[in-house]
Amino acid sequence: MDLSVQIGPLTLKNPLIAASGCFGYGVEYGDAIDLSLLGGVAVKGLFLTEREGHAAPRIVETPAGMLNAIGLQGIGVRRFVAETLPELRARRATVIVNVCGTTVAEYAEVSRILSEAEGVAAIELNISCPNIKEGGIQFGCSLNGTFDVVSAARKVTSLPIIPKLTPNVTDVASFARASEEGGADAVSLVNTFLAMVIDVETRRPRISNVLGGLSGPAIRPIAVRMVYECRHAVKIPIIGMGGIADARDAVEFMIAGASAVQVGTANFVDPFIWPKLLQGIEDYMLRHQLKSIADIVGTLETGHAIVELSG
Amino acid sequence: MLVDVTAEVIANTRLSSAYNVLALRTPAVAAAAAPGQFVMVKAAASHDPLLRRPFSVFEVLRDHSGTSVGISLLNKRIGPSTSLLYAAQPGQFVACLGPLGHPFTIVDPPAEAWMIAGGVGLAPFAMLAEMLRARGVRTTLFYGARSAAELFYLDFFRELGISLVLTTEDGSMGETGRIVEPLDRHLTARARHEPVMLYACGPERMLAATASLAIRSGRPCQVSVERVMGCGMGGCYSCVVPMRRAEGGFHHVRACLTGPVLAADQILWD
Repeated sequence: MDLSVQIGPLTLKNPLIAASGCFGYGVEYGDAIDLSLLGGVAVKGLFLTEREGHAAPRIVETPAGMLNAIGLQGIGVRRFVAETLPELRARRATVIVNVCGTTVAEYAEVSRILSEAEGVAAIELNISCPNIKEGGIQFGCSLNGTFDVVSAARKVTSLPIIPKLTPNVTDVASFARASEEGGADAVSLVNTFLAMVIDVETRRPRISNVLGGLSGPAIRPIAVRMVYECRHAVKIPIIGMGGIADARDAVEFMIAGASAVQVGTANFVDPFIWPKLLQGIEDYMLRHQLKSIADIVGTLETGHAIVELSG
Repeated sequence: MLVDVTAEVIANTRLSSAYNVLALRTPAVAAAAAPGQFVMVKAAASHDPLLRRPFSVFEVLRDHSGTSVGISLLNKRIGPSTSLLYAAQPGQFVACLGPLGHPFTIVDPPAEAWMIAGGVGLAPFAMLAEMLRARGVRTTLFYGARSAAELFYLDFFRELGISLVLTTEDGSMGETGRIVEPLDRHLTARARHEPVMLYACGPERMLAATASLAIRSGRPCQVSVERVMGCGMGGCYSCVVPMRRAEGGFHHVRACLTGPVLAADQILWD
């Protein structure tokens, strides 16, 4: 059974990637789990310089989900390369670095620094964080901005480039196309849905930033739909995410068109989820007599719906 | 060592209409836990509520031979997860990940230990008290709550030989008012050359007031902070605390990794 997947020039040993923003810099989990078992580790977003992010409270739980506004707290790309990357390398993690910027030039410079470092497998361009005012989503909500960031990164790196798309647009498929035209090797989607929670007793927002990004099982059906829409819009591979909590959910994204998946919120609930997900995908492949992940990707049957009544 | 166990509820002791002590069969967590550390507990396997909740390890439970068999949690019912844990029945199972975080630094005689607890902030002090007494440290518990009905485990601390200073907001037991008021007097009365370590856990305002009293009287103070936590592992960056930088300003540390026990004089209180 072949669990490997191809993301442009990058071969992942399996389709499971820890989602950026949900897995620290990976090293936090290094003693608890074997990082080399994962297809990839997408580390927390990095700017050129350190950022402290928003004040607490930064998260609040919602029905089958959670809202977050961390504010991209991070150690900056140089400290990451000097202090964190060597340990990730030693633990044989496949490192995907989430790159942030307040300007197109900053995205390019962070990407350039990472291409010169040893042990980076791919760059994920964060053009979709809903929680900071400057940078990020202003590029991800504009087709020209998306194209500009992707093509600027393309000029400075030969590493695989994966723009991470926001669902907070009318037509996410057009952003996948703009990414492809800019020279992206793949796209990942979706980032979180802009949302808010109010404490009605105090009439105050439940997180300090007022607005935050919604993740978790609550968003999964919308995310699956968006992956499905992008599948028909671009030829480059899609990395799907949004509320995956078990192997069934991961397979659902793959059937909709994702070549690989990222898991975020579910890792908060169960940091030991990875071998369970892998086992579940293998069980599915055995049950359906499939030899490779490619036998699942984009295989949605749309002939006619079969309705099975169950308890 | 960090483990995630499906822990059987051994007992659920209701202390009031809001508070209970939940005993869990978790030998591995119990054997590894140090005072001040916490566990992440998920009351039900469903997606709603979704996330785990952090709890200080309240007691380490031992059998007749002294072998640790489990831990207990001091729970206060405030939302869906804590309501499920309040209602939990013996024989039921909950997910328990731990032990996590940075524990208290324990002192030795001749130093004295003063533990300052507000409400559910009593949680880390049962285990700490046992360890301090095992080392022969003279220990005092300053403990404040809204009323006498919400002051728990007093006999437990008395039997360990711990002096109690109690306050209630309604005056139904001990002194009327907040716990920092008698703490202030005791600190003022204590000779400077006699070493005292302060340990505090409770509402943020109580911790801030305790920190400023400790700084004023030149006493070291370790606080266990409470934060909304997503994962307990350092993955989500939810539980941050602003800490002073040597060069000025502050930086956000994660309470789950650097804490929950932090040096009170390093925190940037509001």
